[in-house]
Amino acid sequence: MIRFDNLSFGYSRNKLLYRNLNLTIKNGSIYGLLGKNGAGKSTLLKNMAGTLFPVDGNITINGMQPQKRKPSFLSGIYYIPEDVYVPALTVRKYKNLFAPFYPQFNSDSFYQYLKELEVNVDSKLNRLSFGQQKKFVIAFALACNTPVLLMDEPTNGLDIPSKSQFRKLIASVMNDDRIILISTHQVRDLENMIDNIIIVDNGDILLHEPVGNITGKLCFKTVSEIPAGANVLYQERSLHGSAIVIENTKGEDSKLNLEHLFNGIVENPSLSKKIFETA
Amino acid sequence: MEFREQQAIYLQIAEYVCEQILLKQWPLNAKVLSIRDLAVMMEVNPNTVQRAYDFLQQREIIVNKRGVGYFVAEGAIAKVIALRREQFIEHELPVFFRNVYLLKMPLEEIQARYNQFIDDNFKEK
Repeated sequence: MIRFDNLSFGYSRNKLLYRNLNLTIKNGSIYGLLGKNGAGKSTLLKNMAGTLFPVDGNITINGMQPQKRKPSFLSGIYYIPEDVYVPALTVRKYKNLFAPFYPQFNSDSFYQYLKELEVNVDSKLNRLSFGQQKKFVIAFALACNTPVLLMDEPTNGLDIPSKSQFRKLIASVMNDDRIILISTHQVRDLENMIDNIIIVDNGDILLHEPVGNITGKLCFKTVSEIPAGANVLYQERSLHGSAIVIENTKGEDSKLNLEHLFNGIVENPSLSKKIFETA
Repeated sequence: MEFREQQAIYLQIAEYVCEQILLKQWPLNAKVLSIRDLAVMMEVNPNTVQRAYDFLQQREIIVNKRGVGYFVAEGAIAKVIALRREQFIEHELPVFFRNVYLLKMPLEEIQARYNQFIDDNFKEK
């Protein structure tokens, strides 16, 4: 479990990005962290990974505080930044050097993942293309079997077949004890993988709900005319009419559209709060 | 007029399973794909497959044998047909009727075309 208790963070003390943030992230779910550019998604991930420290308040991850950077904490978390860095080493040397930090590291799965992602294992890592380097880091991170896995834009730079392989890998490594948290703009890449959604904007959490609750409260559909009296969170003209997100008052079952949800929540935070607050 | 958006993912997964059962790809009493394997195949969250399997279990289409996995239930085919009929009447038939009305299709013509279709596609040779 990851807990934020009254977390405040800013890159300078007198200009805080987050103020008294409270958030609980539970095991056994894949979280999607969404927000506009500069909303502070990566900042949040770095606070969890222990590379940035809160100005005030506390973060605990499975009972440990990231900023103490204890080996027992660091061996249980893996953070993949958006731009990965790899040294001038071969795959084997990299593994021999870094895998010992992760007691649950599985060498067989590591090579299996590299094969599935079609990463060339013979050349030095810094000679690989950006996409190949990224896939290498993803394979390594998954093979570490850490209880917490944080990923910042993991599908950026991946080609089309690799994105599909990435989804398969995530589905295969997910279990009830793990937390996978993915920050992304590429919502279509991961729409069916995410089962909990966190939307941040201006240092505030606008939404934090399981997908099942969202489709319970909201209905996503295309209509030629917007139903009278409906609470419309978002609408967009499309070929067939208007794609809308409205309050789900009739218990309709619809398919979540992450893009429309995101736009609706960010444009209309007060209505979304009202819809989600009512039990 | 409302255009039917795509169904919730868990219902699409449930539909896939029903299809496999009707096509006898997954025979009665046989073990069905594990939650993880189906999640990997469909590239979806395993929790979503869990939800689909819960739904199918509630409909008595599959059964859970603790510690072993999920199996196609004894009377699954009849249950699948009942479920699919229910969904067909609720979702697809209204769209079909609307078109029949708008295009002024005589029901006799539809009957004749239906018979022809069955002859062409499903008659035992």
